[in-house]
Amino acid sequence: MLTSPFQGPALRMIFVVALVMALGSFFIRDPYYQLILSTVPVWAMVALTWNLFSGYTGLISFGHSTFFGLGAFAVALLAIKQGISPWYGLMVATFVGGLASVIIGSITFRLRGHYFALAMLAYPSLFIFLFDWMGWQELTFPIRRDDPVGFMQFTDGRINTLIGVALMTIILLITLVVERSRFGLAMLSIKQNELAAEAAGINTFRIKMIGFVATGALGALVGGFHAVVLQVVTPHGVFGTVVSAQALILTLFGGVGTLWGPVIGAVVLIPLTESLRAQLGHILPGIQGVIYGLTIMLVILLAPEGVFWKVKDMLARRKRLATQSASDRTPVKVAARTSDALAALESTAPISSRIVSQAAPVAGETLLKVTGLSKYFGGLKAVQDVSFEVRTGEIVGIIGPNGAGKTTLFNVINGFQTPTAGSVEMAGHPVTGLKPNALCHLGMGRTFQVARPFQRMSVLNNVVVGALAPSRHGAEALAMAHAALVMVGLDAKSESLVSGLTNLELRLMELARALASKPKLILLDETLAGLGATEVEEILLVIQRLPAAGVTVLIIEHTMHAMTRLANRFIVLDHGQVIAEGPPATVMANPEVIKAYLGKKWMDMHHAAA
Amino acid sequence: MDSVIVENLLQRLVTGVLVGSIYGLLCTGLGMIFGVIRVINFAQGEFMMLGMYATALIGAMLATLFAVGPAAGAYAAIIVAAGVLAVLGWLLQRFVIGHVSGARVVGSDNEGHFAQLILTLGLSLVISNMALIVFGSSPRTVQSTLSSSSWTMGPFGKEAITIFVNQARAIGCVAAIVASVGLYLFVQRTRAGTTMRAAADNPTAATIVGIDVEKSYAVAFAIGTGATALAGGLIAMFYPFHPYIGFEFVIIMYAGVVLGGMGSMLGAFWGGFVMGLVQQLSTYFLPFQLQNATIFLLFLTIVLLRPQGLFGKSVERT
Repeated sequence: MLTSPFQGPALRMIFVVALVMALGSFFIRDPYYQLILSTVPVWAMVALTWNLFSGYTGLISFGHSTFFGLGAFAVALLAIKQGISPWYGLMVATFVGGLASVIIGSITFRLRGHYFALAMLAYPSLFIFLFDWMGWQELTFPIRRDDPVGFMQFTDGRINTLIGVALMTIILLITLVVERSRFGLAMLSIKQNELAAEAAGINTFRIKMIGFVATGALGALVGGFHAVVLQVVTPHGVFGTVVSAQALILTLFGGVGTLWGPVIGAVVLIPLTESLRAQLGHILPGIQGVIYGLTIMLVILLAPEGVFWKVKDMLARRKRLATQSASDRTPVKVAARTSDALAALESTAPISSRIVSQAAPVAGETLLKVTGLSKYFGGLKAVQDVSFEVRTGEIVGIIGPNGAGKTTLFNVINGFQTPTAGSVEMAGHPVTGLKPNALCHLGMGRTFQVARPFQRMSVLNNVVVGALAPSRHGAEALAMAHAALVMVGLDAKSESLVSGLTNLELRLMELARALASKPKLILLDETLAGLGATEVEEILLVIQRLPAAGVTVLIIEHTMHAMTRLANRFIVLDHGQVIAEGPPATVMANPEVIKAYLGKKWMDMHHAAA
Repeated sequence: MDSVIVENLLQRLVTGVLVGSIYGLLCTGLGMIFGVIRVINFAQGEFMMLGMYATALIGAMLATLFAVGPAAGAYAAIIVAAGVLAVLGWLLQRFVIGHVSGARVVGSDNEGHFAQLILTLGLSLVISNMALIVFGSSPRTVQSTLSSSSWTMGPFGKEAITIFVNQARAIGCVAAIVASVGLYLFVQRTRAGTTMRAAADNPTAATIVGIDVEKSYAVAFAIGTGATALAGGLIAMFYPFHPYIGFEFVIIMYAGVVLGGMGSMLGAFWGGFVMGLVQQLSTYFLPFQLQNATIFLLFLTIVLLRPQGLFGKSVERT
């Protein structure tokens, strides 16, 4: 991540693979193997171009064949109707693919997850019917004996293989550059948690659109090239589900979101299925489909992460074993964790004396001003006429029972949802209705209840996502991420993989990610939920230090206990309305609050007893 | 209005309602799997295809064994086929798809969607190509006279408008409605159904209160598979089929389910119903080749305007 694409073995590997394929095409005489060799790069490219968007953003597309098909038809129609050479046709195809992806993207990006995947399925199907109806059931390129090279009709089929290998090399290089760039990391952050990425200041729509245009333009280029190689185009052949399925299968087989995954998939599976078709196709038609299906089913059950990661993990394990035996199995000293340090503290000082109650009001200037904010969902009034202020340097707790509207309030303040009424001001600027990424640039950060970190990325790289938007270059982003890790006391763990973190450390990492963009105000959504008593104490210490570092805190919790010692001020929500506000001690004694938490019945009993 | 136009439109409306009801059952089956287990099952079209072949083969066998007419044999076969496919579905969920769904994938990359997609895609490839090897590629039909027989409605009015009701489609429509209502009552009224809804709503919480989520998932998958196979059998009574027909229908099925709203059984039925209706009505306005294109256009429009579907609730947590 965020390293130069020219570092490490990846670049060399790309050229080695290209060279081996190119040389192969010269030394392999057998026409059948020639055919396989020319097919592999094409399907590798189909998978690579799919992976470039879907693999990195996690938005699975069933409609990649839309671009493949449009490219193929663009090249074929230009050659047939206008007599334009495929050399130019391929450029037009790339443009058409890019244009189509802008249109399709701006329509379909409103959808997420399953819905995006399924909606994408509809586009190629539409084109199949449309092109069939236009009478383009089968387009054959006219034979141009006058200018075979100008029309890419080479007498030697190996030239097509070479062009294919060259195109594949270009697409591999593009993927490598993207993977190592801030842009690639931004795409990964969308895969991880689109809302969190948006809150971290990343304009997710823009990132998705650029990625989609790349996938569409290059996908169309590959489709156009495929048409040139075959010299015939049919709607079912290029728009068919098979093309999209192939892209998915090859990538998933090799490894999603990796540079080599799609290539590994193509190199292993294409020759396998092609030779099965050649050997057994006439006796058992469809045998290649059966074996194909069984292979990918087995892969997903045995190595669901794809062959790339499986092999990499296996090699890493062997290497680790080797170094372990070499160093005489000396236990590796794990860097001191925050909790260890705190455990030491704990033995000398009682908890209560360490966490000083901050009941004293803080008199800073108004940072956040919420006025008459309401959010209705149909008849449900999730937030009703909520007004409050947060001053610089405060820790304000928004508390209330489950379903009181706390998270909705955050979503409206933070720009995920537009308010039905009311306004939000941040440091004197009206920000109502601004997108979360714009708010992030104005200094509002946020954490989420649901954390979805990247298990295979280091802690530091997970946090870097939070620093992408405000930083100017990779080094700055890394520095900001590191500073945030220091702030939460997780810097010793920065190179560890996320999969090895404890629950508390994960929570601290989430906090660090939100802090990485150096927010003036941070919204914490149930940061304490699900933590044990000692863990709560540790995270409280971290949050308490934030105002001193210039970060004002607005925190949601439904458990009041720990909060009484953390917050300067409570705002109590019930049924979407503010029912009490003030210093914790006052609020806790408020009968309305007790009623909201414990119910009227309890109140009556309590009063009867008293 | 010209009486010919009215007649034509009414004819297509009636056929649309009949076909739509069967598509409704088709989608109810998928909706069960999509809604309860949250798995995109690509092999659902293949379950339908297997239901079609099973109906044709078992039907022919029953007709010879018990010397009943081919139609009676086929309808008995549809029920047998649905049962067989339900067992297959149960086994698949228990031993194959269960590995990449439910509690095992909570919190994993993409909630296991990649794995589910590729696994069911693989399954679909295996089933359809096995079918190609076993049954061959030439289209088949169920041998019965019902598909070419009609009841006549009318003549109505002084223009003597007459509408033909295809018998195979009409019987299919009634059977599909009965089956769909039965499924709805099962899910809403029985203990097993309630358990299933709980498992769908929140697998973790369901497990905590003692629900065997894996079992609920297997039952849902079995029912979903059986229902789709049943609908497949009903369609086979009037529509020629081949081993790759699954691909053709799986898109219609998803369009219906998404249209109705994921997780809503009633929605899935109506979604499928609308698909059938639109498909039939479009033949009046558009050339035959564009018949399915209207389905996809409708699907896209609805998905964009109301991604939660007609009946679904918008549920997105941050």
